[in-house]
Amino acid sequence: MTAPSVHKEPSMARQKEMISQHFKKLTTAHESGKKVVYTFVPGNLTELMLSFDCLPVHPEINALQSGMRKKSAGYIAEAERHGHSEDVCTYVKCDIGMLKKGNIGPTGEHIPPPDLLLLSYTGCFTFMKWFELLREEYDCPVAMLHVPYQGDGEITDDMREYVIRQLREDVIPKFEEVTGQAFDIDRLKDLLASSARAEDDLVTVLESAKHRPSPIDAYFGGVYYIGPIFTAFRGTREAEAYYRELREEVQERMRVGAGPITPEGPLEKERFRLVVEGPPNWTHFREFWRMFHEEGAVVVASTYTKVGGVYDRGFRHDPDRPFETLAEYCLGCYTNLNLPTRTDMISKYVEDYSADGFLINSIKSCNSFSAGQLLILREVEERTGIPGAFVETDLVDPRYFSASNVKNRLESYFQMLAQKQVQAS
Amino acid sequence: MRGVIGIDLGSTTTKAIVLDEDGRVLGRGITNSRSNYDVACAVARNEALIDSRFNLFRSRAAFESVAAGARDGIMQRLELGFRREQYSGQLDDLQAACTEHLTGPRFSKVRDAAQGVLESSFATLRSETRALFSETGARRSNFFRDLAGSRLLEIMEPCCRERSVPFDLMMGLYDKSIIGVENHVPEVTFESNVMCAMGDALEGGSLDDIRSAALRAQLEDVARETLTEACVVGTGYGRARLPFPRENIRSEILCHGLGAHAMFPETRTVLDIGGQDTKAIQVDADGIVESFQMNDRCAAGCGRYLGYIADEMNMGVQDLGPMALRAKTPVKINSTCTVFAGAELRDRLAIGQRREDILGGLHRAMILRAMSLLARSGGIRDEFTFTGGVANNEAAVKALECLVQENYGERHLNISPDSIYTGALGAALFARRHAEGEKEVA
Repeated sequence: MTAPSVHKEPSMARQKEMISQHFKKLTTAHESGKKVVYTFVPGNLTELMLSFDCLPVHPEINALQSGMRKKSAGYIAEAERHGHSEDVCTYVKCDIGMLKKGNIGPTGEHIPPPDLLLLSYTGCFTFMKWFELLREEYDCPVAMLHVPYQGDGEITDDMREYVIRQLREDVIPKFEEVTGQAFDIDRLKDLLASSARAEDDLVTVLESAKHRPSPIDAYFGGVYYIGPIFTAFRGTREAEAYYRELREEVQERMRVGAGPITPEGPLEKERFRLVVEGPPNWTHFREFWRMFHEEGAVVVASTYTKVGGVYDRGFRHDPDRPFETLAEYCLGCYTNLNLPTRTDMISKYVEDYSADGFLINSIKSCNSFSAGQLLILREVEERTGIPGAFVETDLVDPRYFSASNVKNRLESYFQMLAQKQVQAS
Repeated sequence: MRGVIGIDLGSTTTKAIVLDEDGRVLGRGITNSRSNYDVACAVARNEALIDSRFNLFRSRAAFESVAAGARDGIMQRLELGFRREQYSGQLDDLQAACTEHLTGPRFSKVRDAAQGVLESSFATLRSETRALFSETGARRSNFFRDLAGSRLLEIMEPCCRERSVPFDLMMGLYDKSIIGVENHVPEVTFESNVMCAMGDALEGGSLDDIRSAALRAQLEDVARETLTEACVVGTGYGRARLPFPRENIRSEILCHGLGAHAMFPETRTVLDIGGQDTKAIQVDADGIVESFQMNDRCAAGCGRYLGYIADEMNMGVQDLGPMALRAKTPVKINSTCTVFAGAELRDRLAIGQRREDILGGLHRAMILRAMSLLARSGGIRDEFTFTGGVANNEAAVKALECLVQENYGERHLNISPDSIYTGALGAALFARRHAEGEKEVA
């Protein structure tokens, strides 16, 4: 049987090539004298890493890639055999399972062990536990950047100073020690300037969804758009080129009034505009997306695409304030925001993007996202007067995606929205 | 005459409702959903059309001159007679299917004896038919499988012993055969069945020949009347399987909302507990759904939970409520997992707790889950309508009343005796709108 053909945006080909090159570099990192740093997406210090010529590995990206490539079930089973309970974050189990099975990455190439574990701790306690497990596996230095939670909904001077002090006194000296290179602030500034340029283009792309019809899907499509900037490429010329190409592509679709390109083909008719909170399910990513495509539903804004930076609220990396900007970036990631801020953000998205509805995809094993989501649901409903939908799936454990139940709920939800549209007209 | 039909394909039962041109309920039909949704859908639809014809007949002029008491008696006997004829036809089908399956190799050594078991058992079953469908007959269900199945096996067991045929073999034969019988749509023979039944219905009555003849003529007329389906709309869990165009399929949420509104126009919050779904729905003054929440990932606390518990306790599901109502000190029961609740139940029985108290606690646990979903959907507003099969369970209703009072204060609770048809009614109302060419709704 031949697999059904998948429609892709041209910029995706560029992205695929970038990722493939990155994994090739990783495979030969140690032979070519490069150092490998394992780190997480939220609050990642990519520019700092690149200024030391380090290559990042993101365990949660590997996990989601394994989920999309239908490998996660086996990895999770492996981790469970090593004693991890069913309730542990499935990203963690997928990563640990992959490691136990030889650390073969998503492109089929071996991922080298880390020279440094850089834990930028932003809002997810599990990250800390995850790296404790990795520390058991690898004999390498650990740098921990503790990022205070925005409990009161703002970044105070003390919080910023606290992060900066750690950067200066702990993180940068660790990099110098591991790489043998001296910290080069000019290089960091160049990288930060490049980041800001790509960030501008990304925001243009994300905000294009305010247009009717939206030329992008800001959730399913959005996860591709954030790929380079959230991972190894922020601050690079390649990322700048990618985002320029993407922006042009999206603007062209906007000019001709075309909708987003989905794996099933272009979305011909936009019937529902949605805001989505929560990470996607990766094991049934295409199937999940198809449920939206079939109903003419397009996601116009999502919170998941802000886990590696909330750029659309104005943040840009600022080369003139290198330490402050890194600190503010880490402090401002979506997972580090408190519930009232998240509620404000979602409510504002519903209004700014003229959404017909909003959906919470609650992830069984992700506490940092899921805690408080029912409260968010109720608050956003009250503020916007728009009913929310709530489905439960998981990140990469295929056992927790019940397609017929999710579809049943989504169909019911879309029919309710349609009825409201008729009533309103 | 023209009518519209709504079909609700649930996980346990499939319901159909026929509305006449004025939007009044003309007939209702229900069947078990079985493994074949297409058949369940066709059977429920046929049953609703049969019920419609009975109701049409009841409203005929010839009845007006018959005294009210006699009228009810005639109708009851007529319907029972009709069901008896229908049942006899299904028994013939079942026996034929069983006989056909006897040709398999597993029966090579006992074929003649097994044939004897079948003939003798079916003969006994047939001899009981008249009593079963008498005015005093005890029928725990209207579904053929329930009526014929357990009794047939009861009769077969001693027969098998007498004729040295392994009972297991005959049970397997029955299982295989009943699936085949259930999964084909019986031909609707309303006219022949009903005319047979009419003889019995008039017997024993006090009608003179002229009136009897007039009624017969009216019945024939109704039996021959063409019922045109202007539109059929389907809903329910199996709706994707319904052989309708996409625009004729509505989600059960919309249908339950609209159905509850049609039954009780002041409804603002609907709780529906069906076989595998619990739905909390908020509707506006027109029955349009404002928001809803459904159970996710797990169906503990739904109708099937009660079915499982009934099996565990070796009781009929309809007997659980009455027993639970006799609880004195309800015990606390886990409601997060159906299977665990079963284990807990056995443990508690083993330590000597009363069945009534265990069941009382179990019903409360079930409603507690619904309360959390109601809270998630925006709470309980006045009026509050409870629908779905579980709304027929008095103990569940009592637990709900109590918890609503505790959490929300005084609320007017509506429960219709036809609550199981709420989704089908909503679907029929959508069909009516569709047929009337109103603006397309979704």
